[in-house]
Amino acid sequence: MGASGPAARYARADMVAKIVARGAEKRFPTRRGIVVALRDFDAEIAEGEFVCLVGPSGCGKSTFLRILAGLDHATGGEVRIEPGADPRQPLANVVFQEYAVFPWKTVLHNVAFGLEMRGVARAEREATARRWIDKVALTRFADLYPAQLSGGMKQRVSIARALANDPQVLLMDEPLGALDAQTRAVLQEELTRLWEETRKTVLYVTHSIDEAVFLGDRVVVMTAHPGTVKTVIDVDLPRPRDLGVMATPAFAALTGAVWDALRDEVRRAMEEQP
Amino acid sequence: MRRRRAAGGAGVGAEFVRPVGPPPGGHGAWAWPLTALLATVAAGFAFGLWTRGWWALLAVSFVCVVLLAQELEPRLPMRWRGAFQRGLALGFPLALLLVWEALAGSGILNPRWFPPPSRIAAALWELTATYDRFNRTTLLGRPWLAPGAFAESGWAGLAALARESHVGATLGRVLGGFAIGAVPGVLLGMVMGLNRTVRMMLDATMSAIYVLPKIAIFPILMLVFPNPFGEGPKVAVVAISAFFLVAISTMAGVQGIDRVYLEAGRNFGASRAQMLRHVILPGALPIVFSGLRLALGTALIVIVAVEFVRADRGVGFLIYYYWQVLVTPRMYAALVVVMLLGVGLTALLQWVERLVMPWRRG
Repeated sequence: MGASGPAARYARADMVAKIVARGAEKRFPTRRGIVVALRDFDAEIAEGEFVCLVGPSGCGKSTFLRILAGLDHATGGEVRIEPGADPRQPLANVVFQEYAVFPWKTVLHNVAFGLEMRGVARAEREATARRWIDKVALTRFADLYPAQLSGGMKQRVSIARALANDPQVLLMDEPLGALDAQTRAVLQEELTRLWEETRKTVLYVTHSIDEAVFLGDRVVVMTAHPGTVKTVIDVDLPRPRDLGVMATPAFAALTGAVWDALRDEVRRAMEEQP
Repeated sequence: MRRRRAAGGAGVGAEFVRPVGPPPGGHGAWAWPLTALLATVAAGFAFGLWTRGWWALLAVSFVCVVLLAQELEPRLPMRWRGAFQRGLALGFPLALLLVWEALAGSGILNPRWFPPPSRIAAALWELTATYDRFNRTTLLGRPWLAPGAFAESGWAGLAALARESHVGATLGRVLGGFAIGAVPGVLLGMVMGLNRTVRMMLDATMSAIYVLPKIAIFPILMLVFPNPFGEGPKVAVVAISAFFLVAISTMAGVQGIDRVYLEAGRNFGASRAQMLRHVILPGALPIVFSGLRLALGTALIVIVAVEFVRADRGVGFLIYYYWQVLVTPRMYAALVVVMLLGVGLTALLQWVERLVMPWRRG
């Protein structure tokens, strides 16, 4: 995937770049030498695009997401989020794999957390938080603590917390990975619905090919480590989507294409990691 | 019958039905332990075994009661089981007291060293109700004399009145020392948990002092304070023992916070102060409180030991004093007071815990 004509790879021709990575590299010093998690990683994600990142375990897809989230730094190359017009709007918020909702805060205070950190007045931030709690169907649970919620509900809190903060980019790190298959399906549908409402720029890291094709405008397939971009597959399924789309031949063709790109990389990753 | 048929009538089926069928030992299984219990008690009386071998008879009886209770419980309707279990929990100490009463009353136990519980209860009442003219103290204090004392000699009169309470003296030392030690303990523990350099420097030293029995440094504290026999060294020894325990557990609590919460805090733009208040402090609280609970128990142990050695008031002093003058019922009464203090203080701490950690309720 060269840098030539990146706009042609976007879902729509009129899109502008929001996330740009050029020759990104990440090395970790460890006791047994240097581990290269990312190398020559090039990607461009347009404003308002939903891009899914798939790859074998340990290929550095979470590393790329952590760099974007500001939790890690690239050791080479360039990774940046093009800032929007409003400098007060946060750049990127994460929906973590392990929920990471604070057990010591109620649902309401968890969702209002980002706003509170930014100094938004109490009445305003709680009103915003309640709006997002309604959208993720947790209205009745606003004053409960996470320990009183199921896994699926906790992850809804985590999603609402990120969206309530209104970031320019939403980063999701295998957010549904810990859930059972049925809860997962329900949340996948809710996610597409939420995204179609907000049209945020989303980078979504996942293990699941079905999930990637179902949710994304494009699927970026990574190589086994050190991670680079192997190929990018455009998902031209019509929106709004529901789970019924998974039964269509077009869907099967797309997941087949992703798997074709991924198969060898997964093999390689398995051979490298005893 | 219907259950049997549901199992298919096969011989092997009956095995799986057993839990809802007759109990393992058959219908009369409870009769054996009951008979054994009665036989043991009767044999004790018949052959005069109670005087010499009372401990063996009690051990056998205990086993019989356990077997009997185990046989009875599954026979009870579900709604009585809870009451039955509570009955066991309360019944055992009650039975213990009754046996003690009987053994001491019949002279099998020497009532001088093991006065019957009824005597101890009476002694507790005496201690509570009477003013000790010789030591010029009371167990709980006499707050109803406060207006008179204030009218007579002002604040000094009030202070003198407050000083005459044994429980007041012990509680004051425990709570005062606890507060003086725990608050800086939490602060230092936080710093140690957050700053690697400070942790490296202090960890070994703290761990070394932590294992030192704090009573051992009491003599030094008596040297340090201008009045070695005053309240200073006593409060200080409690404070020091609380300080190290709380500091070490707070450090562990801060270090034990799941990384993902710290990352979430950072990702949502928390400043250092916000991080401390919204993530680190609440995240460490459960472990901090388990440290506080330990520290409270230790504080009580330390203060009683210190009051043995060097005090003219306090519950520890009472125990030691009544041992010296050989009024054992009152000595036991003071022990009961220590137990009640421990229970009360623990309950207080649990109440505070529920108050500051509402998310751990239920």
